[in-house]
Amino acid sequence: MWKWFHQLASPPHFYRISAILAPWLAVPGVILIAYAAWQGLFVVPMDYQQGDAFRIIYVHVPSAYLSMMAYMIMATSGAIGLIWRIKLSHAVAAAAAPIGAGFTFLALCTGSIWGKPMWGTWWEWGDPRMMSELILLFLYFGYMALRSAIDDTTKADKASAVLALVGIVNVVIVHFSVEWWSSLHQGQTVFKKGTMDADMRIPLLIMLLGFTLLFGAMLLRRIRTEVLFRERRTRWVREMILSPEGGA
Amino acid sequence: MSDASREIPGIFAGLGATAKRDLLLAWKRPGDVLNPLFFFAMVCTLFPLAVGPSAEQLEFSGPGVLWVAALLATLLSLNALFITDFEDGSLDQLLVSPQPLPILVLGKILAHWLTSGLPLVFVSPILAITYRMPLSVVGVMMLTLALGTISLSLLGSIGAALTVGLHRGTALLSLLILPLAMPIMILGANAVSLAASNDIYSTGIWALGAYAIASLSLAPYATAAALRISNE
Repeated sequence: MWKWFHQLASPPHFYRISAILAPWLAVPGVILIAYAAWQGLFVVPMDYQQGDAFRIIYVHVPSAYLSMMAYMIMATSGAIGLIWRIKLSHAVAAAAAPIGAGFTFLALCTGSIWGKPMWGTWWEWGDPRMMSELILLFLYFGYMALRSAIDDTTKADKASAVLALVGIVNVVIVHFSVEWWSSLHQGQTVFKKGTMDADMRIPLLIMLLGFTLLFGAMLLRRIRTEVLFRERRTRWVREMILSPEGGA
Repeated sequence: MSDASREIPGIFAGLGATAKRDLLLAWKRPGDVLNPLFFFAMVCTLFPLAVGPSAEQLEFSGPGVLWVAALLATLLSLNALFITDFEDGSLDQLLVSPQPLPILVLGKILAHWLTSGLPLVFVSPILAITYRMPLSVVGVMMLTLALGTISLSLLGSIGAALTVGLHRGTALLSLLILPLAMPIMILGANAVSLAASNDIYSTGIWALGAYAIASLSLAPYATAAALRISNE
């Protein structure tokens, strides 16, 4: 078990395994998303209050969940890299940041598109969830800006890992402070969620799974590129590229 | 060797020495202390010019404006926290010192707060009165600013340590610290707003105090780690 784990942390080994693993995540992910999208868009009945507009949750909820998940992955793998000095985990953190920022942006956009017909406004400053999500996007921007500002990769890895860890402590505080703040201004505008009908929920759960698998595949792909770039001066990369297969 | 180790002064001596040195430097370069204060006053002047000087508008926006201005002024002064030490090499001396780095860093942060946060606290009443803030509320505002700027100095020191020695560090520092500093501003500005509308405001004060204590115990370690990373 441990031997396998240690081997996985070595870049050439990871590069080989991830090539096998990635399609197994991507293909089911795409199939599940396609199935759930068809279900969600055409099969599931209209919501009696929100009409067809509610259907955007099939994109919104998975992206909001992945926006936080990606931050957790980024911070934890940064911490692992900082503590046990595993080079690969820094590559994971570097790869997770842009994907996370993308999902955060998607969650904000879909939320705001949904908010226009529902709340009558594109943006509601008083809503704690929107504010937390926006601050999360800023944290991603800061993280990526710090990474790109430091030329030395090792230094950039460590510095950004510290930032991600400070950020994760703060995300909780941000969430509560925003909640406290907005509770002054107005009551919760989000409709009190009753139990969701199974017809609506099952496609959402399938969508969540599909998004997660696709996220895994995208993450692997990015880590592979990151590993290849970081190891560009090593022998295994040169041997792989010069080999007859050309390193697919 | 044992003689040498006995001669190393205690940790509070190290804390005091770094704080004293930075205070002395600030005394010799008063511009570094005064510029953020002028900036603070100017930002507070901009708002009535931009949104109009009507009395109820000023009363309503006063706490928020003062807090935003204080946050920006602190950010402005944070950039200088390590940069001069980095340039003249005294930061390296801190790093190789036998004293625990977090404590030395805490001394620098203490000096920073005394030269940036504390003056803001004392200047703010003048501006608050121009915003027609009642005297009872001014006290609350000074308390929130005092507690809030402690947290800002501590939190900001992490960002300053991460960006020390980088080109275009100032803009990056703001980008890193502003999202993290938002809770402090939210708590502070709202406690003042609540006090102004005769509401219960103690929640905000307690939360700010808790934040200050938490960052006091955690931030020096993060700053020390960040300094070591930026200077290896």
